[in-house]
Amino acid sequence: MRALTRRHFVGGSIAAGATMAGGLPVLPSARAAGPELAPELPEGTRASAVLDSLPGKKPLIKLTYRPPNYETPIEYFREAITPNDAFFVRYHLAFIPEVDAKSWRLSVGGDGANGQAQLTLDELKALPPVEVVAVNQCSGNRRGLFQPHVPGVQWAYGAMGCARWKGVRLKDLLDQVGVKKEAVEIAFEGADGPVADKTPDFVKSLPVWKAVEDTTLVAYEMNGQPLPHFNGFPVRLVVPGWTGTYWMKHLTTIRALLRPEANFWMSSAYRIPLGRFPLVTRFTSQDTAANTPITEMVVNSLVTSHRDGAEVQAGSPVGGVAWDGGYGIRAVEVSRDGGMSWSAATLGPDLGRYAFRTWSFRLKDKGRQTVMARAINTIGATQTAALIANPAGYHHNVMHSVWLSVI
Amino acid sequence: MRTVLVALAAAMLAVSTAADEKPVQLKRAPGLDKVETNCAACHSLDYIEMNSPFPTALWDAEVTKMIKAYGAPIDDVDAKSIADYLKKNYGN
Repeated sequence: MRALTRRHFVGGSIAAGATMAGGLPVLPSARAAGPELAPELPEGTRASAVLDSLPGKKPLIKLTYRPPNYETPIEYFREAITPNDAFFVRYHLAFIPEVDAKSWRLSVGGDGANGQAQLTLDELKALPPVEVVAVNQCSGNRRGLFQPHVPGVQWAYGAMGCARWKGVRLKDLLDQVGVKKEAVEIAFEGADGPVADKTPDFVKSLPVWKAVEDTTLVAYEMNGQPLPHFNGFPVRLVVPGWTGTYWMKHLTTIRALLRPEANFWMSSAYRIPLGRFPLVTRFTSQDTAANTPITEMVVNSLVTSHRDGAEVQAGSPVGGVAWDGGYGIRAVEVSRDGGMSWSAATLGPDLGRYAFRTWSFRLKDKGRQTVMARAINTIGATQTAALIANPAGYHHNVMHSVWLSVI
Repeated sequence: MRTVLVALAAAMLAVSTAADEKPVQLKRAPGLDKVETNCAACHSLDYIEMNSPFPTALWDAEVTKMIKAYGAPIDDVDAKSIADYLKKNYGN
């Protein structure tokens, strides 16, 4: 392990804007300096967020330096796959070692296992490989758009990304040690941790049923490359369908548990009120009378081809991405009259039920108009028109809209 | 493992804040010294501006959360100075 040195390319500068635009259409509304920030964000967020590059990363929207919390500019979501060097970065705690792949070991065991194992990276890679394309979205994505203000990282739309993950099934690792039938959860720890002695280390758990799903992976590749340091090198958990809090980075320890994990990050953090969201999957060993852990992502979509105020040629497409908790996107619809009437958009290629689904819609009528999008998944769930308030600012899936001038 | 990590972290923190992290200048006002010595031990100070303006009444709860939930080693006198600074400069 060694300390990272950070290079700063910019301070929200013209250089950053130019780099960001590389390979992407230049937006008519793009400003020369600084990131494009949603007007709904708190004043302090708009004043302090800048474009900044972490080592190995393109300029992203810096919300906090330490621990690093950087979101992906919306323009990167014009494609279903988010590039590794533009993928968002989210840490709770500021001790982040650079892990040496040669000395890294993964321990598998716990009181809910019959045995234990320790694997090197080569040993892990020798197991049957599996790939899945899946969205990793922070539970608090869009928290910065909540009214009234919810404390925490004030994300706008970019605390998410979609990648092709390659690794081994968690189930295959658990089978090596044998999970007792009495086990209730599988817990995960990473190499990163707190700075202060008494800060609870970041430990998360999954119910056994989710841990042993065929798509739950211990991943060592992202889009055909080793994981970037800031996305969990050398190995992270991939939990398709569920929010990013479970996708443990820099994974070092997997433990089967006979009793529910009770640390702060499970018992207090990442909880939603019972019954307020139309979700299917549950994490019942962690339920209390009042709340339950966040689990699957709610169905959502985003307009990414244009920003507010952009000019669009009549007949040319407006589009974006849609995603959900793994049921798959059935349709995306567009409204130009504030939600009174809806028209079907054209869906792009299907990369699997956990992936971003691109969509597009051709605007024919000239003039200024507001384009609103909503996704519907295969179980009939759709987005909400009004924010569903909750104490930690999770599951924001209010329909997104942009106003455009069609010429 | 944890103890080793924490010791390492303490050693690395000085390096990372001095050499790599851009300074975040909060409003110069009474109490800022306590914010800089306590809050910045665990996180950069942009967390504060990012979360502003923030309801004055809720800043007390945030300081309490840092101490009770996140184990920040801050004594009562400093905690009051910090909360007063936040309410006055980053509240609404």
